Amino acid sequence: MTNYVVRRLLIAIPSLLGISVILFTVLALAPGDPFEELATNPAIPPDVRAALRASLGLDDPVWTRYFSWLTAMLRGDWGYSFVSRVNVDQLILARLPTTLAIIGASQVLALAIALPVGVMAATRPYSVFDQVANTLAFIGFSLPTFFTGLLLILLFSITLDWLPFVYRADLTSTGWTWWGEQIRQSIMPVAVLGLFQGAAWTRFVRSAVLDVIRLDHVTTARAKGLPEGSVTLRHVVRNALIPVVTLVALQMPTVFGGAIVTEQIFRVPGIGSLLISAILANDTPVIMAVTFVFAGLVIFFNLLADVIYGWLDPRISYS
Amino acid sequence: MTEDDLRQMIGRVQRGTLTRRGFVRRMAAVGLTAPMATQLLAIAGAAPAAAQTASAYPSRRGGGALKVLYWQGATLLNPHFAVGTKDQDGSRAFYEPLAGWAQDGTLEPILAAEIPSRENGGLAADGRSVTWKLKRGVKWHDGQDFTADDAVFNWEYAKDPATASVTTGSYRDVNVVKVDDYTVRVEFQKPTPFWADAFVGSRGMMIPKHLFKDYMGAKSREAPANLRPVGTSGYKFSEFQPGDMLRGEANASYHMPNRPFFDTLEVKGGGDAVSAARAVLQTGEFDYAWNMQVEDAILKRLEANGRGKVNIVPGGGIEFIQLHTRDPWNEVNGERASLDSTHPTLSDPKVREALSLLCDRNALEQFIYGRGGPATANFLNNPPRFRSPNTKFEFNIAKANEILDAAGYTRGADGIRAKDGKRLKFVYQTSINTPRQRTQAVIKQAAQRAGIDIEVKAVTASVFFSSDVANPDTYTKFFSDIQMYTTTMPQADPQLFMNQYVSWEMSTKANSWQGRNIIRWKSDEYDAAYRAAEGELDPVKRAALFIRMNDLIVGSNHVIPLVGRPTVSASLNTLTHKLSAWDLTFGFLHDWHRAA
Repeated sequence: MTNYVVRRLLIAIPSLLGISVILFTVLALAPGDPFEELATNPAIPPDVRAALRASLGLDDPVWTRYFSWLTAMLRGDWGYSFVSRVNVDQLILARLPTTLAIIGASQVLALAIALPVGVMAATRPYSVFDQVANTLAFIGFSLPTFFTGLLLILLFSITLDWLPFVYRADLTSTGWTWWGEQIRQSIMPVAVLGLFQGAAWTRFVRSAVLDVIRLDHVTTARAKGLPEGSVTLRHVVRNALIPVVTLVALQMPTVFGGAIVTEQIFRVPGIGSLLISAILANDTPVIMAVTFVFAGLVIFFNLLADVIYGWLDPRISYS
Repeated sequence: MTEDDLRQMIGRVQRGTLTRRGFVRRMAAVGLTAPMATQLLAIAGAAPAAAQTASAYPSRRGGGALKVLYWQGATLLNPHFAVGTKDQDGSRAFYEPLAGWAQDGTLEPILAAEIPSRENGGLAADGRSVTWKLKRGVKWHDGQDFTADDAVFNWEYAKDPATASVTTGSYRDVNVVKVDDYTVRVEFQKPTPFWADAFVGSRGMMIPKHLFKDYMGAKSREAPANLRPVGTSGYKFSEFQPGDMLRGEANASYHMPNRPFFDTLEVKGGGDAVSAARAVLQTGEFDYAWNMQVEDAILKRLEANGRGKVNIVPGGGIEFIQLHTRDPWNEVNGERASLDSTHPTLSDPKVREALSLLCDRNALEQFIYGRGGPATANFLNNPPRFRSPNTKFEFNIAKANEILDAAGYTRGADGIRAKDGKRLKFVYQTSINTPRQRTQAVIKQAAQRAGIDIEVKAVTASVFFSSDVANPDTYTKFFSDIQMYTTTMPQADPQLFMNQYVSWEMSTKANSWQGRNIIRWKSDEYDAAYRAAEGELDPVKRAALFIRMNDLIVGSNHVIPLVGRPTVSASLNTLTHKLSAWDLTFGFLHDWHRAA
């Protein structure tokens, strides 16, 4: 097992290097620089812009920039934002708690919906419950989040005036009022993301459970006279979970990566909105750091999923 | 209006028979900007009146929270590194300049004890220096005194090329001398009619010497105070998340009485302009929303809720079209749009005149920009009442056709005009931005009816406005026949604004396309007028020179002004603010309060 993990980690190094080369090249090839606003301002002489570009190293050849980035990264220096003139790790860390809270809560919500509903629907296929759940799931994952987000804002903030639609990461109140305000402002973004994800997962759980429920060992378990509940939980769901775990594990990096569109709509100061504003401003070090961390997380969670397989299904072994 | 009339009027102001405001208004009628009119008075010896602050300011503090929404949040808080207005505003919440520009064009003292003038000895008669007296008893938020050393330090800091500050243009060509602890003198290399640049407005915010002196030059980005500003303003820094949130709390020992009104200041960033407008005008979650780049129809609908209003502050920003003087398609001497070439068809004044007649500016105002874009005939632009009387615009397709017919451009089989084998076929580029694409469509349609074929091209803003030398689509390269964008006029004086057409600023390969004269236009008369204005201490003559420059460039039709771009913002009805197009949104934040 340890051998396996070590081997996988070693394989990850060249993958990460490859990813970083591709990311860096694509970003370097992308035109533009972070000084758009200086351009149309006659009070700023053009040579000031040129000097700024030079001071940020934007005029160096791509490979020099890549190697200076790589060596700095290996030393743990993630570079600093061209736009904010702040270290990138500081920018990311400041936004991580909000992202974890909002996206994490939405993933929990999604799981809390998908697992019970998917299993129930699969154990009673083509019943009324299954039909309704299926229809809702279809609607849920067919509607894009930017649409449902605006719809919720229109309904709950503007028409009913119940919920705020500007998320604030720095509520000044304390104690229960803080929790109250926090929940009020989180409901809409969490619901939008959670319901969308939950809908997709529901359909997935349902089909995974349906595949297992027809197998012989389930019939055997029933024939032994085991109660239906324990048949479902111990003999069906545990086996059906394997593909679901892969799916959920691969979804985990987005918990750290944020949700670009939803964060923008609700002004949630998460990693996603950091990434989009960095992209719009051509802030290469920030884009590079966020996407690279994201790539690292994808590799890590893939490994984690593989390890969990071994625990869920003793037939899979890595020795 | 002749020079004599002007002199008489200045005399009346000096004798007190004409108010300064009345003077400014009369100047407006002949096309002079308010700031120019004011400087004109200052240099002619009619001292600017003391600051005329808002009349009904409440005599109390404790106004609760002021919540402001920026759909692009401030990303840094050092005024010398502030790339965009959002960053300058973020910095301005904590740092202050010596003086700010009010909307009527007067200078208002902030950290200065008074505005320099000829009477108080602040302005030298030869125009080579200006002496600022600093307000005494001003303290930084950490309790240290604000003195002349701080002002001198800001000059040293900004002019150092290693600092790579964006304000360096205002400081590198001047010399700043400490006269005593509360007096500084700014010395110019040559007579300078526009003296209020360094230490004034968005360029003049002061950072404290005691916190930044160890972080000059290359070390500037390591200063801890870059993210935790210690300024002199009415609000002390409490929290900052780049791109997201900025918070401050009232500074109890602020140097202006009864100010600030609010207990806390919150500036939230992110999102989009439309929902920011909603958060103020519809739900009232926020007091003020910045830069409402929203269709006017939507703003009007939101305003109908009766909760808030849309503020339109006219400034110098202008959306305009450029017609190339050079040939952008063929390399001459190894360079496209080389100075040794001329544009095959646009060099014909008749073609340019026809194109100018095909721009339906009234339609642009009415159907695209609304209140956010009043149609105009001037490049050097001001509020509507400030327009130069010498220019006018017209939309007339029939007349355009007549002119082209008379000039010998005949329609081919496909309806496109041509003369000597040169077809009237142009590429018209701009940045991606909905109103701009709609404008392109309007002009393309009109041109079609006059036998001119226009191919529209839209470039992502971050590319179009970049200084990337390797990219062919930047606006400074101008490798197309026609292009359109907005140029802003952040300074209250037209000198820097009007250098966009002098011949020594031509954008070429040799200067990496950094020149400001993007159309590569050359006019000896314009050059001479500009040179004269640069050193002209007589404000009346100087004013006439700038008007002449405007008329020259607009008259050439190489530049077709379309609509002015006032700053548009939204605020709650209960908020009383003070805005100025010549200064930052937060330029007069200390005067903001809530109506009782």
